Amino acid sequence: MSAPFLHVENLGIQFGPTDNPLKAVDGISFDLAAGETLAVVGESGSGKSVTALALTRLLATPPARYVSGKIEFEGRNMLTIPEDELRKVRGKQIAYIFQEPSSSLNPVFTIGFQIQEAIELHRPEVRDVRGEIVCALERVGIRQPAERLGDYPHQLSGGMQQRVMIAMALACQPKLLVADEPTTALDVTIQKQIMDLLKELKQTSNMTVLLITHNFGLVADFADRVLVMFRGRIVESGPTAEVLRNPQHPYTRALIECVPKLGQKQRRLKVIDYAGIE
Amino acid sequence: MTTYILRRLLLIIPTLFGITLLTFLLVRLAPGNAALLKGGGGEGGGRAMTAEQRLATIKLYGLDKPPLVAYVDWVGRIARLDLGESWIDHRSVTAKIGERIGLTASIAGSALVLSYLIAIPLGVTAALRRGQGIDRVLTFILFLLYSIPNFAAALLLILFVAGGDYLNLLPMYGINSINASEMGTWGWIWDRILHMILPVVCLTYASLASISRYARVSMLEVLGQDFLRTARAKGLSERVVILRHALRNALIPLITIFTLELPVLIGGSVIIETIFSLPGMGQLMLQSLENRDNPTIMGITVLAALVTLGSYLIADILYVVVDPRMKYE
Repeated sequence: MSAPFLHVENLGIQFGPTDNPLKAVDGISFDLAAGETLAVVGESGSGKSVTALALTRLLATPPARYVSGKIEFEGRNMLTIPEDELRKVRGKQIAYIFQEPSSSLNPVFTIGFQIQEAIELHRPEVRDVRGEIVCALERVGIRQPAERLGDYPHQLSGGMQQRVMIAMALACQPKLLVADEPTTALDVTIQKQIMDLLKELKQTSNMTVLLITHNFGLVADFADRVLVMFRGRIVESGPTAEVLRNPQHPYTRALIECVPKLGQKQRRLKVIDYAGIE
Repeated sequence: MTTYILRRLLLIIPTLFGITLLTFLLVRLAPGNAALLKGGGGEGGGRAMTAEQRLATIKLYGLDKPPLVAYVDWVGRIARLDLGESWIDHRSVTAKIGERIGLTASIAGSALVLSYLIAIPLGVTAALRRGQGIDRVLTFILFLLYSIPNFAAALLLILFVAGGDYLNLLPMYGINSINASEMGTWGWIWDRILHMILPVVCLTYASLASISRYARVSMLEVLGQDFLRTARAKGLSERVVILRHALRNALIPLITIFTLELPVLIGGSVIIETIFSLPGMGQLMLQSLENRDNPTIMGITVLAALVTLGSYLIADILYVVVDPRMKYE
C-alpha cells in the first residue's frame, strides 16, 4: 500500500510555559487524499491555523512547541525532516494563501518580483520567467497582467492582492494548497469571487486543497469533507453534505446556525452558547 | 515631486533667517567684542590700543550700530553671496572656511559611514537574538558608549593608546607627522590615516550606539510581520528572508536617523578638532568664538545650517526612493 498523501497523527502543539501549557492543538489525527478538498472549520483560537502552519513547520519555535505526533506528507514526516529538505517542500509541494493579503505581501517589492522569486527558486528550468509570471497572473483573473508586474502591493485592492497571493502560491504548481482563511479580510462580493476562483483553479489543476475557515457558509459547495475543531480537538468530521444536514456535535450545530440566511427574519445574530456545549 | 522639492527649498529661506538672526544677536549681545580683545582686553594683553584706535576699530567693524541694523547689513552682504572678511586676519571668510571644510567633511563623513556600517549589523544581530546573551551584552556595551562624553573619551584614548605613557600606538594630535613630507605618497597617506583614527573613533562611537539601537527596534518590528511568513512559506532560506525581505523594510526608518546624527557630528567636531589640534572647521569655530570674530562665526553658522536643512530634504527624498508607498504632492 502506498503512503497516504497527507497523514496527520496525534499532532500536539503547545504554547506558553511547560508546566501550564496552552494546548493549541491537542492530539488531532486526520487524513487527506490526493485531489480531495478538506475544510477545517472552527472559530478563532480553535487551533485550525496552527494546524495549517504546522504542516510545513512554519510556526516559530519558540514560542510554539511540537510536543507529539507526526505529519506525513507523501510518506515523509514534516516534523523531523531537515530544514533544507523542508524548504523544497514549502512553496513547491505545499503552498499557502493567508488571511490578510495586504500584510502578507512585502510592501517594498513589486508583485512581479515576489512571484518571480518563487519561480526562480523552485522551477530553475523555466527560461521565460517573465512570461510565466504573466501567465500566473492571467490565470487568477488579473487583467492586463503584463502592465501590473511593476505594481507594488499597496497599489492594488484587497481582492487583487489576494489574487496575487494565489498566483504566487500556484506559480510552482504545488500538490497541496493550504488556504488559511483566504477571504476573511475581504468584503462579501470579493469573497465570492475569490472562492469561485479557487474552485475553478482546483478543478482545472486537480489540486488538493485544505481550506481553513470559520465560516460554514463557504464550506457547503466547496469542500468534499469537513473537520470541525474546537479548543484544539477535532469534535466532528465527515462528508460536507452529511455534516451540514445532520450535525452531531452541539458546537457544529452552533457554528452552522451562526451563518445568517437570506430571507430569514432574525432580530439578533446567533452567538455560540458555550455553556451548552461543555 | 518637483513642486514638493521646490517648496521645501523655498522653506529653507525663512528657517535660515531665523537661525542666523538668533546667532547674530547672541554673538553681538554677549559681553566683550573684537575691538576690546584686539586692544589686549583687560589686564596685561599684548598690543595696547589707544582710545582713538579702539573707537576706529569699533566703527570699522560696525559694532557701534544697533544689532538689528548690523544684521540687516550682514543679510545684504549675504544676499550677494559675500560672507565678509575675518576680523582677526582680514582674510575672506569664504577662503578660511574653504581651506578647512575638506578635513571636517572627511572626518565627519567617515564617522557617519562607519557608524552606519557597524551599527546596522549590530542592531540586526541583537534583534535576531532578542533577549539572549549577545543581545544583553550589546545593550550593555552600547549604553556604556552612549553615556561617555566624547571629550572624556578623547582624553582617555590619548592617555592610554597615544603619546607613550601606556601604549604608543597612534599619534596624539595633528593631521600629519612633522616629517610627513619625506615619507613619499603612500607613506604620507598612511601617516594621515593613522592621525585620523582617534578623532574618527571619538566621533563614531556615540552615533554608532544610538543608530544600532534604532536598527534593533526597527528590525524587531519587521520580524513580526506577516510577509516574512509568506517569504518562508515560499521556501526561501532564512538568510534570504532576513537579508532581503526583512532588512529592506527595517532600513527605511533608519534613513531619517542620519539627519539626527548630523548636527551631533557638527557639534562634536568642534570639541574633537580642538582636542586633537586638527585644522578643521570645528577648530576654526572655537577660535572665532574666542576672538569674537563675528563674520567667521556667522559664516560657519550659515554653512552648518544649510548642511543640516539640506540633509532633512535629502532624507525626505530618499524616503520616496526606498519606500514605494511614500509619495509627496
